[in-house]
Amino acid sequence: MSTLAESHNPGGHSVTEAARNRRFGPMYSRNVKAVIARGLMATKSSNWMVMLSGFFEPVLYLISMGVGLGAIVGAVQGPGGQEISYAAYIAPALLAVSAMNGAVYDSTWNVFFKMNFAKLYQGMLYTSLGPLDVAMGEIFLALLRGLLYATGFTAVMGIMGLITTPWAILMIPASVLIAFGFASFGMGITSFMKTFQQMDWINFVMLPMFLFSATFYPLSVYPQYIQWLIQAMPLWHGVELLRQISVGIFSPATAIHVGYYLVMIVLGVMLTAGRLRKLFLK
Amino acid sequence: MWVPELVSNEELSSKPSRSKTQGDQMQYVITAKDLTKTYGDVTAVDGISFSVPAGEAFGLLGPNGAGKSTTMKMIGGVSQRTSGSLSIMGLDPESHGPEVRAHLGVVPQQDNLDEELKVRDNLLVYGRYFGLPMSYLRPKADELLEFAQLTDKAKSKVDALSGGMKRRLTIARSLINEPRILLLDEPTTGLDPQARHILWDRLFRLKEQGVTLILTTHYMDEAEQLCDRLIVVDKGRIMAEGSPASLIREYSTREVLELRFGSERNATIGAELEGIGERLETLPDRVLIYAHDGEAALEQVSARGLRPVTSLVRRSSLEDVFLRLTGRSLVD
Repeated sequence: MSTLAESHNPGGHSVTEAARNRRFGPMYSRNVKAVIARGLMATKSSNWMVMLSGFFEPVLYLISMGVGLGAIVGAVQGPGGQEISYAAYIAPALLAVSAMNGAVYDSTWNVFFKMNFAKLYQGMLYTSLGPLDVAMGEIFLALLRGLLYATGFTAVMGIMGLITTPWAILMIPASVLIAFGFASFGMGITSFMKTFQQMDWINFVMLPMFLFSATFYPLSVYPQYIQWLIQAMPLWHGVELLRQISVGIFSPATAIHVGYYLVMIVLGVMLTAGRLRKLFLK
Repeated sequence: MWVPELVSNEELSSKPSRSKTQGDQMQYVITAKDLTKTYGDVTAVDGISFSVPAGEAFGLLGPNGAGKSTTMKMIGGVSQRTSGSLSIMGLDPESHGPEVRAHLGVVPQQDNLDEELKVRDNLLVYGRYFGLPMSYLRPKADELLEFAQLTDKAKSKVDALSGGMKRRLTIARSLINEPRILLLDEPTTGLDPQARHILWDRLFRLKEQGVTLILTTHYMDEAEQLCDRLIVVDKGRIMAEGSPASLIREYSTREVLELRFGSERNATIGAELEGIGERLETLPDRVLIYAHDGEAALEQVSARGLRPVTSLVRRSSLEDVFLRLTGRSLVD
């Protein structure tokens, strides 16, 4: 045994000793990658059926609404005023919705469960990890998942002949931007949640946002004040941003949509960081 | 039986902070002063102070709700204290959480193993949380699986393990960073006697290797077996402090005579037993007579014409100390 210990102890200085001599603040130990590695390992061994279902959800919507409903609707007006198929109209919106759903699920329910039931964070936080390592790791994993979904969905759009411009590839990073906005906020909001009933409020906000954010029909069908309300919500900006990218037609509004998410990310990260102690250290 | 060398002998002798100093200069790895924690109106820990020298097995003995787990959480820096000071290896766990925890191994009251990972992966991933390299972790994980007698379960899911195995895996996991201080919160609660003994044996070995053990328990036999020194805690306060033997000497007699007269008689028999032994304690199910010589006390009882249903003479234990200090028994 001593040979083993020595092999890790060149000059009597063990790696554990080195690990102990690092100096950090109370919240962060610059070890986000350990949290990420854990998430990847867990996905590999168990949750990948869940992962697959997350990918198929928007695809199923696209097939049923886009192809099915699209047969009745026919062609509609795209962002630049040109005629596009109904499927091509709703596909980027569905991508934005799936980016939102994935990020919100990962940063709210998933965090809530791991914190209160699986006690995963409790174990992590008894190590050198700080709350910020855990939060950043979890957000990164949510974004990675969002990236995979977005890539898959964009490929499906390509196969269905709904992509007409090379600009469409930018829908993938834009989806990650949308996911980041929702994930950073979601975790901060979860820090206020104590019961399942409170967690249900999240769904109560998400479902109407999904249905009414100009996902399936243009905003112009609403009276003016409803339009303002929807334009204040984050999903509408995501839907419009991806819809513009999908046809490669941009306007000054594009910058506003991107800016909306940048602000959301900054505020969300600040909120989450400020609530970290409440979130993880009781 | 083969034991991993958690601390090499060389390291033990070369580091003064590691070795248990005999005599004047004590090196304290934990110092708590007036430690207090309140949750709203409830005071869980009410101004407790203690110091633990390196290499000691230190116990917090008390009933459920005494504030033991809360104290452990404050030591680990995962719960913020309300007031008082706390120093672990010279650092404040509140402002240096990650650094303090690099010195600690933690075995929480409820196993919080990563159910999504396999047994061996639990050890590897946990080691990564400390920022340790895989080249160190791979052999270390195998070594610890051997130590926890789980080598043949390396590729199993955590779900498939028995309660005792999960507990051993949690302990193995807590050792991945070669901690100097091991925090054990009720390590054997809920385990069958055999599993408990295996665990105690493992903990003994760690102590022999110089690891400081801090454990909470409400089992007096566990405290007597494992602890060099302990504090008896009740309602967030320290009731007494000392080695198990000295506490028993101070707060109890050498022997105890336990008498059962049936539940109705127990309550009223007290007056008739007056004067036998040094002290009398009436519990709902039995009467305890504290005496230097239990057999002699039993003869006196018989001489008074009293016929208990059962009688038992035993040595005093920490249970008696606790009863004396708080007027309540330890395990309800």
